[in-house]
Amino acid sequence: MKITDDVPSTLTALDRPNSYIGRSVPRPNLARLTQGRGHYVTDVTLPRMAHVAYVRSPHAHARIVRIDTTAAKKMPGVIAAVTGPELAKVITPWVGVLTHLKGLKSAPQSAIAIDRACWQGEAVCAVVARTRAEAEDACALVQVDYEELPTVTDPETALDAATHVIHADLGDNLCFERSLDVGTVDAAFAGSDAVVETTFVFGRHTGVTNEPRAIVADWNPGEQRLTVYHGTQAPHMMQNLFAKHLGLEESQVRVLTKDVGGSFGIKVHTYADEMAVVALSKLLKRPVKFVADRIESFVTDIHARDHRVKAKIGVMNDGTITAFEIDDLTGIGPYSVYPRTSGIEANQIVNLTGGPYACPNYRAHTRVVFQNKNVMCQYRAVGHPIACAVTEGLVELAAAKIGMDPLDIRRKNLIADNAYPTGSASGLKFEALSHHASLDKLVKMMDHDALRAEQTALRHKGIYRGIGFASFIEVTNPSAAFYGVGGAKISAQDGCTIKLDAQGAIVCHTGVTEQGQGAEAVIAQVAASAFGVAIERVRVITGDTDNTPYGGGTWASRAAGIGGEAAWQAGKALRQNVLAVAGSILQAKPETLDIRDSQVVDAGTGKERIGLDEVARIAYFRPDTLPPGFQAELMATRHYVPRAFPFSFTNGIQASYLEVDTDSGFVKLLKHWCVEDCGTVINPQLVDEQVRGGVVQGIGAALYEQCVYDERGQMLNGNMADYLVPMASEMPDIQCGHVVSPTADSELGAKGAGEAGTAGAPACVMNAINDALRPLGAAPLTDMPFTPGKILRALGRVS
Amino acid sequence: MKPAPFGYAKARSLDEAIGLLGQQPDGVKLLAGGQSLIATLNMRLSEPRLLVDINGLHELSGIRLDNDHLVIGAMTRQVEIERSADIARHAPLLAKALPHIAHPAIRNRGTIGGSIAFADPAAELPACLTALSAEIEIAGPSGKRTVRADDFFKGLFETALGPQDVLTAIRIPTALADHRCGFDEFARRLGDYAIVGLAATARANGAGLKDVRLAYFGVGATPVRASRAEVALAAGDLDKAVASLSGDIDPQDDVQENAAVKQHLAGVLLRRVAKQMTEARS
Repeated sequence: MKITDDVPSTLTALDRPNSYIGRSVPRPNLARLTQGRGHYVTDVTLPRMAHVAYVRSPHAHARIVRIDTTAAKKMPGVIAAVTGPELAKVITPWVGVLTHLKGLKSAPQSAIAIDRACWQGEAVCAVVARTRAEAEDACALVQVDYEELPTVTDPETALDAATHVIHADLGDNLCFERSLDVGTVDAAFAGSDAVVETTFVFGRHTGVTNEPRAIVADWNPGEQRLTVYHGTQAPHMMQNLFAKHLGLEESQVRVLTKDVGGSFGIKVHTYADEMAVVALSKLLKRPVKFVADRIESFVTDIHARDHRVKAKIGVMNDGTITAFEIDDLTGIGPYSVYPRTSGIEANQIVNLTGGPYACPNYRAHTRVVFQNKNVMCQYRAVGHPIACAVTEGLVELAAAKIGMDPLDIRRKNLIADNAYPTGSASGLKFEALSHHASLDKLVKMMDHDALRAEQTALRHKGIYRGIGFASFIEVTNPSAAFYGVGGAKISAQDGCTIKLDAQGAIVCHTGVTEQGQGAEAVIAQVAASAFGVAIERVRVITGDTDNTPYGGGTWASRAAGIGGEAAWQAGKALRQNVLAVAGSILQAKPETLDIRDSQVVDAGTGKERIGLDEVARIAYFRPDTLPPGFQAELMATRHYVPRAFPFSFTNGIQASYLEVDTDSGFVKLLKHWCVEDCGTVINPQLVDEQVRGGVVQGIGAALYEQCVYDERGQMLNGNMADYLVPMASEMPDIQCGHVVSPTADSELGAKGAGEAGTAGAPACVMNAINDALRPLGAAPLTDMPFTPGKILRALGRVS
Repeated sequence: MKPAPFGYAKARSLDEAIGLLGQQPDGVKLLAGGQSLIATLNMRLSEPRLLVDINGLHELSGIRLDNDHLVIGAMTRQVEIERSADIARHAPLLAKALPHIAHPAIRNRGTIGGSIAFADPAAELPACLTALSAEIEIAGPSGKRTVRADDFFKGLFETALGPQDVLTAIRIPTALADHRCGFDEFARRLGDYAIVGLAATARANGAGLKDVRLAYFGVGATPVRASRAEVALAAGDLDKAVASLSGDIDPQDDVQENAAVKQHLAGVLLRRVAKQMTEARS
C-alpha cells in the first residue's frame, strides 16, 4: 500500500523549536519488536508457574448435572482440577450493568459456570498442570454430565412469550431498551416528497488479535499480594476488578502490562476465564498462566455487531433530508459483559445515527436481548459502523430515489462547517467539525469526475464498477460521561509523570497503554517536544499499576488526545522546574530561558547557556552549590481529563471504488480514500496507519467476517480457515487525507484517530456495491457481509 | 491447542517406514510436510500414537523425466513444482494451479504426496492429478503398485492407500503439442480453500477440443469428473456443457456458500476454463 502524507503544516503554539508534533517519527519500540525482543504475556515464565486449560461446554445451554474430575486429577503433571462451586469460594460473581443505561439488567456471572452453561465455550471446569499440554490431556478425562436446556438463538423471537427465558430471575430476555423521539417525525415523513425504508443487517463478528488473550497471575501469600501480567488495555480498571472480586484492597494487586499484540477493544473487558486465573492463583498459592488458543478465542473473545436495523429516511425533491427513523435489535450473549456492559453498542447507534446531518426530526428505538451465544461487547468503533452504514445507506438510497448525485445530497444536508458549536438531534454536542472541507478534499484526492467518467465508459463494456461514500462522526477523548457517571470505576482522566535523570534524559510514566498502535511513540514525541530534548532522550514506561499514574488506558480513541495532553502538561511543568534550577545556576530569570535539544538556551537568541546534563549533575550531586533555600524539583506530574465536552467528536468522509464481477458475485476492491479530522496530528504516519488498519477492519465487516451460528447455538466457523479476516492480498490502496480542526479543550488539540477507518468503511463499500449494481436493477444489498452468494441472489443469477 | 502425546520415529529407509507403519495399525501417521497433519494434531482432531517422519528419505523427492512421463517424488515440496521448468513444459496445468495452493510459507514445506494422500476434497492437487490422468505409485509390505488417479480417491479423506502403504511418486504423461489445460477457482481470499474449483485438460481437435477431462474440487467428497460436460464440450457445445453440470456435480451447502451458489459458480468456471483451453490454441 502506498503511504501518502499530505498533512498541512499548521503552525500553532505546539511548534516549539525542534518540535516532534506533526512528524512521522518511527516508533521507539520498533527495533525491539521487529527483532523479536518484545515482552508479551506469553513470554512470561515464573518459578513454580502452572498452566490452566478449561473444559468448555459443548452445549449452548445446559444444566451441569455432575462433574467428575477423579481421572483427570490422576493424570501426569496435574496440580488441580477445579469446578465452578469450588472456585466460587475464592472469587465473587459480577453483574454487568451501568446506572446511566437506565433499565439495563443482567444476571450474575461466575468465573467458572456453577450449575448451568449458557453458551457453547463457557468454561465449566479448570485443570491446572505443569504444562498446557498436560492440562489439555487431563481436560479430556474430566467427565461432565449435561442436561440440555432450550436455547435462545434468534433475536427476533427472544422476547416472545413462548421463548425460554435464559435467566428466570430477570423475568424476560430483555437486557436493555431505549427510545428517543425528537422533533416532529411523523409530520416530517408525511410532508416528504419521497420516503425510503429498508432493513440493514450486520453480521456478528469479532476482533481477531495477533496475540490472543493472555494472563499470568501470581498470588504471593508472603506479602499477601497479587501480581498479574495481563495483556489488557486498561490495567487500572483490572486492578480494581481483581481486588474487588477477590476481596482484596487495590494496594494488594499489581497489574503489569508490557507488550500487547493488538486489542481492538477485545482486551478491555472482564473475561470469566481470566478472572478464574487470578482466583486459581490465590487458591493454589502459585503462579498460573492462561493463554487462549485460537479455537477458544473464537468462542470466548467478545463478539460484536449482530444488529438488525429497520430504517427509514424522508427527503424532499431538492434533497433536503426531513427525518430519520430506526428500530434496532441486537442479540448479545447470555450475560451483559462486565463492567462496560453489552448495551453500549446499541446505545451508540441511537446516539450516532443521522449525526453528520442537520436534520431535526429523529426517532429511534433499540432493544438488546439475551442469547445463548458467546458474549458481546465493545469492539473497535462501537456502534459507529452500524449507525454510519444505516445513515449513509439511507442517504444514498434516498439520493438514488430522487435522482440526485450522492455528493450533492451530502453537500445539501451535512452540518455547515461554520455552524459550530452545535449538536445533533440525538443530543450529541459538536465542538468543531469539518464535513464540507473534508468532502471537498476527498473529491480532489479521488479525482471524482474522472472516476465517474471511467465508471460510465466501462459500463458500456459490461464492467460494473461502483463508487460509494460515507460521511461519519467518531466519538473520541471520552470524559467521565462514558462510564464513570454510570458507576464503573473506569478512569476518564489520565496522568503523566516525567523525571529528569542524572544525565539530562527524561523518563515518562504514562497511564495510557501500548497495544501496538503507537501510544508510546506519541507520548515520547509529545514529552520530547514539551520539555525540549531529542526523542532518543525520552524513555516511556506504561502499564504498571505500581508505577504509572492512575489512568484509563487505551480505548475509545483516547490515548493520544488524553494521555498526550497529560504528557504535554507534564513536560511543560518539568521544563519550568528545570529552568528554575538553571536560572539559579546562571543567575538568570527562568522566563528568559528555554530548553532546546537538551540545552538550556537564552529564549530570545537561542544561545546555549548550560547543558541539561550539567543541570542534572549540579542538582543531584552538588545541590550544596545552589542558593540557600532553593530545592530543585526534577520530577513533575500532570493529569488531564476533557471537561468542556462529554466527547471530542471527529469527522470525515470515506470513498470506495470497486468492481463487481456480475457472473461470480465477487467484489474486487480497487481503491479506498479517507479524509478525516482528528484535530492536531501528532504523528501523521501513525494516524494514517490507524486509519488504514481501521478501514481494513471495516472492509472485513462489509465483505468477509461473520460468526456463523446454527439454531442450536453452535458456532460453525470458529477457526482461522472458516472465519474470514481481511487479508493483504484483497485490500486496496488506502489513501489518507486530513483536515485539521484542533479541539480547544486541550492545548495539544489532538482528538482520537483509532476508529475512524472502521466507522466509515462498511458503509462506503456497501454504497459502492449498490452503485455498481444499480443499472442492473439489483435489489439494494443491505445485509452484511456481502458474500458472492448474496450478490448473485440480488442479481437474480441464483435463486 | 497442544497435540495429545505421540511417539516419533525418523525413517532411515522406505522399508523401515513401511515396517513402522505395520507396528501399530491405525495408530501411525506418516509425517511429510506436516501442513495439514500438524494442525489436526494440535486441534486433537487426530491422535496418532506414532509419527513416522519420512522427510529424510531423499529418494522420495525430486522431479525427473522418464520417457513420456514426468515422475514427481512424493516428498517434492510444492514450491519446487511451482518453480520447475520441467513442470511448466510437461505439465503446465500444475504450474497454473500451484500459485493457488495456500500461501508461499505453506508451499515451501508442503509436499505433493502429502496433499494427495490427505485427499482434502477442496484441495487443488487431487483434482489436477485427476485431470492429468496421473498415476500414483505406492509401496507397501507386498511390494509396489500403481493406481490411476481416477481410482485413487475413494471418499472423504479416503484413498486407495492401505494402512501400511507409502505414496512414493506421481507419474504424469508429458504434455504433447496438442495438449490443452485450464485451471481456475473461486476463493474468497488468495490462498483459501476454494468454494469451487476446476482443473481441466484436453487435446486440440481442429477448432475444437477432444479427450476433455474436467475435474472439479470443492463440490463433493473427492475430485469430481464432470463427464456429461466433458462430452458436450468435446462436441463444441459450451452452453450444453454448462447446463449438464447439474447432472454431473452435486455440491453441498457449506459455511461459505450454499449448493445453488456453488453450482452456479461451477458453470462460470467452466466457461472461463474452456476459454483458457481454446484460446491456448492460437
